[in-house]
Amino acid sequence: MAYLLQQLINGLTLGSIYGLIAIGYTMVYGIIGMINFAHGEIYMIGAFVAVIAFTAFANFPLVVAILLVLLCSMLITAAYGWTVERVAYRPLRGSFRLAPLISAIGMSIFLQNYVQLLQGARNKPVPPMIQGGFTVWDDAGFTVQLSYLQIMIVVTTLVLMAGFTQFINTTSLGRQQRACEQDKTMAALLGVNVDRTVSMTFVMGAALAAVAGVMVTLYYGVVDFFLGFLAGLKAFTAAVLGGIGSLPGAMLGGLLIGLIEALWAGYFSSEWKDVAVFSILVLVLIFRPQGLLGRPEVEKV
Amino acid sequence: MSVQASPAAAGLDFGAVAKELVLTALIGLALTVPLVSYQTIDDVGGLQLYGRWGSTFFIVAALVLGRLGIILLRTPGYEAWVANAGTIAAIIGLLDLFQETIARLFGMIAWPALAPTYTLSFLLGVGGAILAIRAVLQMSRRNSATTKAERDARAEALGEQLRKLMRVFAAAAILFALTLPFLPFSNRYVMDVGTLIVTYVMLGWGLNIIVGYAGLLDLGYVAFYAVGAYSYALAAQYLGISFWIALPFAGLLAASCGLLLGFPVLRLRGDYFAIVTLGFGEIIRIVLINWYDVTNGPDGISGIPRPDFFGLASMTRNGSDGLPPFHEYFGLEFSSDHRIIFLYYLIVAMAALVAIFTIRIRRLPIGRAWEALREDDIACASLGINRTSIKLAAFGISAAWGGFAGAFFATRQGFISPESFTFIESAIILAIVVMGGMGSLLGIAFAAVLLIGLPEVFRDLAEYRMVAFGAGLVMIMIWRPRGLLSHREPSVLLSDHAPPARRAVAAGEAAE
Repeated sequence: MAYLLQQLINGLTLGSIYGLIAIGYTMVYGIIGMINFAHGEIYMIGAFVAVIAFTAFANFPLVVAILLVLLCSMLITAAYGWTVERVAYRPLRGSFRLAPLISAIGMSIFLQNYVQLLQGARNKPVPPMIQGGFTVWDDAGFTVQLSYLQIMIVVTTLVLMAGFTQFINTTSLGRQQRACEQDKTMAALLGVNVDRTVSMTFVMGAALAAVAGVMVTLYYGVVDFFLGFLAGLKAFTAAVLGGIGSLPGAMLGGLLIGLIEALWAGYFSSEWKDVAVFSILVLVLIFRPQGLLGRPEVEKV
Repeated sequence: MSVQASPAAAGLDFGAVAKELVLTALIGLALTVPLVSYQTIDDVGGLQLYGRWGSTFFIVAALVLGRLGIILLRTPGYEAWVANAGTIAAIIGLLDLFQETIARLFGMIAWPALAPTYTLSFLLGVGGAILAIRAVLQMSRRNSATTKAERDARAEALGEQLRKLMRVFAAAAILFALTLPFLPFSNRYVMDVGTLIVTYVMLGWGLNIIVGYAGLLDLGYVAFYAVGAYSYALAAQYLGISFWIALPFAGLLAASCGLLLGFPVLRLRGDYFAIVTLGFGEIIRIVLINWYDVTNGPDGISGIPRPDFFGLASMTRNGSDGLPPFHEYFGLEFSSDHRIIFLYYLIVAMAALVAIFTIRIRRLPIGRAWEALREDDIACASLGINRTSIKLAAFGISAAWGGFAGAFFATRQGFISPESFTFIESAIILAIVVMGGMGSLLGIAFAAVLLIGLPEVFRDLAEYRMVAFGAGLVMIMIWRPRGLLSHREPSVLLSDHAPPARRAVAAGEAAE
């Protein structure tokens, strides 16, 4: 029981990180109907910027340092998100179906190797900054730990999610985004700047991925250039599981994927946890392609 | 868009230009400051940062100049400037990038780099070339008095000519491939690169069936390649089965894997399908890594036997398994080249088999159904084509070719490990198919030579190879989303009037 609780805590933490990345996938898919394959790499860049910024701000007080790092990482990663859309996707809007996906794969390979080239192939360690935590439960020698870091990750994610949902639902930009999601041509006729709205979607998705990157840097303490590939795939699985195009779905999917991964690693074997996640992707796509919270898609001629 | 001779109205608005340039510089700074300016280096007390401000400055400057070039291109009258500046930048950059190759070719000693950093030469070379080409194209377009329709017609006629020439090209390519081992410049290195290229040509043609004809994006093709390679390696290791017996089984096994995976996922829409196949590729790799008892995990399988000469002779020096050595059997002098040439011809024959198979099946009902499926999925369903079984057939056949290529890969390398079957391999094969123009066999062969051969030739690019590969994929998609030589006409037509059909395809493309 205590072991289960511990795995649940770990899974929730992991799931929050996946959820933050999954939002980027789900928003982009909702608005332009493509899988932004390079999104995992955007998250990896966020993590790398965090490593560099943590090293640069090492002498600052902890809270200030973390806030500064978050700010830097979000700004810079957002710039990457914007540039990726501008360079690799915008010229292809309206091109044939597979072109943007292939372009995205190219972008993903480019970014991965670009970071490897600039920062080297080795793991980049960061000293643990937030230590300690509560002992939630002591069950015959097995203590369930809830670290401050885990609390911070889950709380940050929840706050961001709440703020973000509010943003999409109430602000003018959020309204424009929802309009573009439904009908881009009509939105453009009604005076919505579609290009700008799509750009802003990428910027916001990238900024959230950057937060995930900062959190993962704090949580695991190491970062490498290959980090984005698997995390991106799992976050995409999360987006599909929750129903692609749905914001709460992305968060729910992220949490579920995190839990499944943690429980599988805890009870079966950690080597096969990725297989479990991919099998879920296949199963969801076969039995409930619209996801848990998504609307079923209608095939139009 | 004919001649627009109104330069007075199109002067430069310096305020707007300056604003745009400042914006570019700001974004350039955001992109470069952390990742380029600071290098993280492991040290005793943790990470240390080392500044690289020089490179940052040059890269941002190059970005701003590139932006300026694009702005100038938009205002008539400045093309010549852009063309000249772009050409100079491209020459400087390319000279730096390929300094070793060029120096070797002309027997000179390498000169010191002209640009201060390697990244900058990369940017100068590629960016300068693109700007110069665009400027020249724009100028020639403005100077000629033809309209867009006329230009299109001319391009179409040129394409027609090229298509007629295709047979000549194909014949020349086949002749070259067949005589390669006996050409004067061929040596062991050339043969190795040649074998590698033909392996990728075969993989490309195999993947082409599913991507090019059936129009399904498969991102996990390498999984079938891995299944083929491992089934031969394991059969040889545990059961001692020879290559020729294992080869069909490798293909069959890969095909059954394809069917097994295809059955549940083929109902999915395009990009979901892509991601699921990607996941499947990863699953196969994880299984190979973790099933230690059978696959020997990450250490891989070594000592995979070489193929014998169709059960008649052994390709080793002293013969093995009761077979006489090849050179004695044919009464030749022993040469280690025999085996390499034999392997080369083996893969050429296998690739030729795929090509003949593809050309023939394209004309069968199933091949026509694939092409119809690619053009319009829903129309096919309403015409009574069983989409799932047709797609499944494409998937299985495509996987079988991947399996054959995998068995060949295992026997040629003599050693396989999960390292050889990563996602990047899938991406490279896909890039070959896409770049060659999905559906065009010759285009795919051409793309394989370009993508596999060129990096081997230009080793100077070194670690920039994969960066250039990714950027190249993006640029090809922007420049020609349908690939270099795209083949979109139906293989079989009702009558011989090709032009209307082509026009219909073009109209469909415009409507997409």
